[in-house]
Amino acid sequence: MTVTTEIGRARTRKEDARLITGQTTWTDNITLPGLLQVAFLRSPQAHARIRSVDVSAARGAPGVIAAFSGADFAAEQGSLPCAWPVTPDIVMPAHPPMATDEVRYVGEIVACVVARDRYAAADALEFIDVDYEPLPPVLDMEAALADGAPKVHEQGNKSYEWVFANGDLDAAFRDAPVVVERTYRQQRLIPCAMEPRAVVCAPVGDEFTMWSATQIPHVLRVMLAVVTGVPEQNIRVIAPDVGGGFGSKLQVTAEEVLALLIARKLGRPVKWTESRSEGNTAVHHGRDQIQRIKVAADRDGRLRGLSVDLLADMGAYLMLVTPGVPLLGAFMFNAIYKMDAYSFKCTGVFTTKTPTDAYRGAGRPEATFAIEHAMDDLAAELGMDPLELRRRNWIAHAEFPYTTISGLTYDSGNYEAATARAVELFGYDDLRKEQEARRASGDKVQLGIGISTYTEMCGLAPSRLLGQLAYAAGGWEHASVRMLPTGKVEVVTGSSAHGQGHETAWSQIVADQLGVPFEDIRVLHGDTQVSPKGMDTYGSRSLAVGGIALYGACQKVIEKAKAIAAGLLEVSPEDLEWTPGRWQVRGDPDKGKTIGEIAFATFAAHDLPEGVEPSLDCDATYDPDTFSFPHGTHLCAVEVDTETGQVKIRSYVAVDDVGTVVNPLIVDGQVHGGLAQGIAQALYEEAAYDADGNLLTTTLADYLLPSAADLPTFVTDRTQTPATSNPLGVKGVGEAGTIASTPAVVDAVIDALRPLGVTDVQMPCTPQRVWRAIKEAKR
Amino acid sequence: MTKVSMTIDGVRYDDDVEPRMLLVHYLREVAGRTGTPVGCDTTNCGACTVLLDGMSVKSCSVLAVQADGAEITTIQGLADGELHPLQRAFHEEHALQCGYCTPGMIMAAADLLRDNPHPTEQEVREGLEGNLCRCTGYQNIVRAVLRAAGPAGAAGQASTASEGAAS
Repeated sequence: MTVTTEIGRARTRKEDARLITGQTTWTDNITLPGLLQVAFLRSPQAHARIRSVDVSAARGAPGVIAAFSGADFAAEQGSLPCAWPVTPDIVMPAHPPMATDEVRYVGEIVACVVARDRYAAADALEFIDVDYEPLPPVLDMEAALADGAPKVHEQGNKSYEWVFANGDLDAAFRDAPVVVERTYRQQRLIPCAMEPRAVVCAPVGDEFTMWSATQIPHVLRVMLAVVTGVPEQNIRVIAPDVGGGFGSKLQVTAEEVLALLIARKLGRPVKWTESRSEGNTAVHHGRDQIQRIKVAADRDGRLRGLSVDLLADMGAYLMLVTPGVPLLGAFMFNAIYKMDAYSFKCTGVFTTKTPTDAYRGAGRPEATFAIEHAMDDLAAELGMDPLELRRRNWIAHAEFPYTTISGLTYDSGNYEAATARAVELFGYDDLRKEQEARRASGDKVQLGIGISTYTEMCGLAPSRLLGQLAYAAGGWEHASVRMLPTGKVEVVTGSSAHGQGHETAWSQIVADQLGVPFEDIRVLHGDTQVSPKGMDTYGSRSLAVGGIALYGACQKVIEKAKAIAAGLLEVSPEDLEWTPGRWQVRGDPDKGKTIGEIAFATFAAHDLPEGVEPSLDCDATYDPDTFSFPHGTHLCAVEVDTETGQVKIRSYVAVDDVGTVVNPLIVDGQVHGGLAQGIAQALYEEAAYDADGNLLTTTLADYLLPSAADLPTFVTDRTQTPATSNPLGVKGVGEAGTIASTPAVVDAVIDALRPLGVTDVQMPCTPQRVWRAIKEAKR
Repeated sequence: MTKVSMTIDGVRYDDDVEPRMLLVHYLREVAGRTGTPVGCDTTNCGACTVLLDGMSVKSCSVLAVQADGAEITTIQGLADGELHPLQRAFHEEHALQCGYCTPGMIMAAADLLRDNPHPTEQEVREGLEGNLCRCTGYQNIVRAVLRAAGPAGAAGQASTASEGAAS
């Protein structure tokens, strides 16, 4: 029996205590005796052959201990790993952590200095002389695929082509009364976690301890062993307090591998801390797709078929999951809609830009943007209210579980309920009336309404499915519950929090299951020596996978305690019943043992039943059968000044269905932050390059993260349709806000301007772009 | 090297530093006050905000030598036996996730409330424009600052803000 007094409760967070008082352990805070500072010299060229690198002058600079070029590591540095060879014939070029022969993006590492402090290290970089022979940059995906294009890699500029099809697409498009064909562009984004990356590596003999600002200490440990040849058991990875990730720290980086190699070479501990402008060029970027979309529909709006043809910019190299990111979208273009046929093709393209990889949502925001945007374009074509068009095509609540055209089976959902709630909170009909009035009066400030009835797949991921998609690892998660003699509980989780609030939410789950006070539970994570098994945190997986592993471990503890309680009470186990926190004799509730008493009796082990081991501790590993499918309806109203192009978000309503909510404070926080990032893609952010391949947005003065003054107060609410695929009914919430919000905002901007003849505005919808779109439409 | 003396969170420090050393590096690497983090290198993010003689500064854009003789308050010196009302409000309103921007955000908010004890929501949003957060969308940060300020005309209210409001 499960009584939930904690799940659903808005607990303030345990982890706040250290974070609001500055008692944090960011990687850059770590000091060790004799710690040396590393600085990397990075290529200022987008594409060049390296004729020579001379570090000798740097070696003699004040405070410098060592300086190295790629040649110094050539024999041992291997190639940075890509764990997702999506097709058998994928082109996966070697990726040396420190370039040796050729550089392929501005920011690629070509040399390093190791010095006594960061100022000395930075100074000495100036003494390194690199002779580059410039090669032509490759910056445009379509041009990169043309015959005779300069090559990023010897093997060419196409990494792979991946296809999926279901249903008779020709039939769907043949004689279709309405066909909408569009090309959308997903601009390149920079994740910009507030904590820049940092790594410390300390060698002791042939053992290495690495602290890294990473989302994936467990994956990193495996990959360090594979790349460097250091036996896995001799590597300990610690992710201490980590200041946000959003996918950017779901990576095995050149800097991490090199920190280990440098520490090994010197036999001394080293630290590297990134500057923001260094990070903007060197942390992997996100998005960057050209999306060619074709939708066929009947006159009444019923969808017949959807065809998607993507070009996805890999950047210069394939990083950990680079090729797979756009494919996570392959199953999401059809979203919540029913249709007869679907085809998807993605071509991965190399360019001489920073590599791309997972950024919050990873493939699903791109897909969601395209389909929601296309639905609005289709509605405009049909002269139909875009909300009505969605209603006519979505999977009805009564139809779940439903297997979509892309082959996923959605276990649960209630699009009607979420939409009804959002429409009510938003005041949809009144806003449409105001829009009509403004249009009629020719108001210079026009009102637009954007709709996103999104779903996503998260809880990554069923190992079996990952295997089918050629991903190299599994998608399970691990948890341990340790019952301490005093009745307190230590929980070890393989997911690795960096802002999500696991210490609080995991305590709530355990408190409910074991019936112990929330305060008596401590959650440990992020250190491979403390938490030896794990798949870490990304893809909104912590709760939907790691939380279920934890639930499983609790059930095992309860079962183990039953046999011990029966022995202590001298009754048969069948005569016991579990009330939260206590095994008691059925029909005689005064006779029982609390989990704390059982824990102490197990510790003493004086009179345990025959054959029972003296431990209540349990491990569990959970591998989900399927993904989870959060969904919701987001409505955005914008005011667009048609004279200046300025866009102001007037109201934003997000009604999300993330299943069972463990902690509403945390869920709301995830939604707020997700919305901010999705809105930022719609209105503010873009990683821009010049014609030579230089990143123009290297600083936060050029790459515009929204501030508090740029964002509205969001109205958030929830419907709760529990997932049927796991015992807690949870779905995950880390990425939903980002996935949902971008199309809602962009479509609101376009909705405001359709009467002026505007049919599209390229993201980010800056005042200049909006103004220009209005001018061009008038022409 | 140049001699500097300053009081950091109530403790006097005397050191010889390079004239070019940034105050934030002095705080973190010389004085060992690592509660103040660095988030950028162009004075945009505000993570390193501290109070210098009571006024907020981004400590990445002040040289240690410029702080000679000053009194510095960092996030580590804000609590006086018990949490500062802003620290408590940030906790109660769930105004932080990863927590990296939090020290700077709280110090900037402290200066904002010194200047304007009962700001409107819009004044809070504009007052914190120089501090970036990537996790929260700012919604709960704004609420926390308003909560710490308490209703207008009720100075001191913040310190008794109810515990239950978050649940």
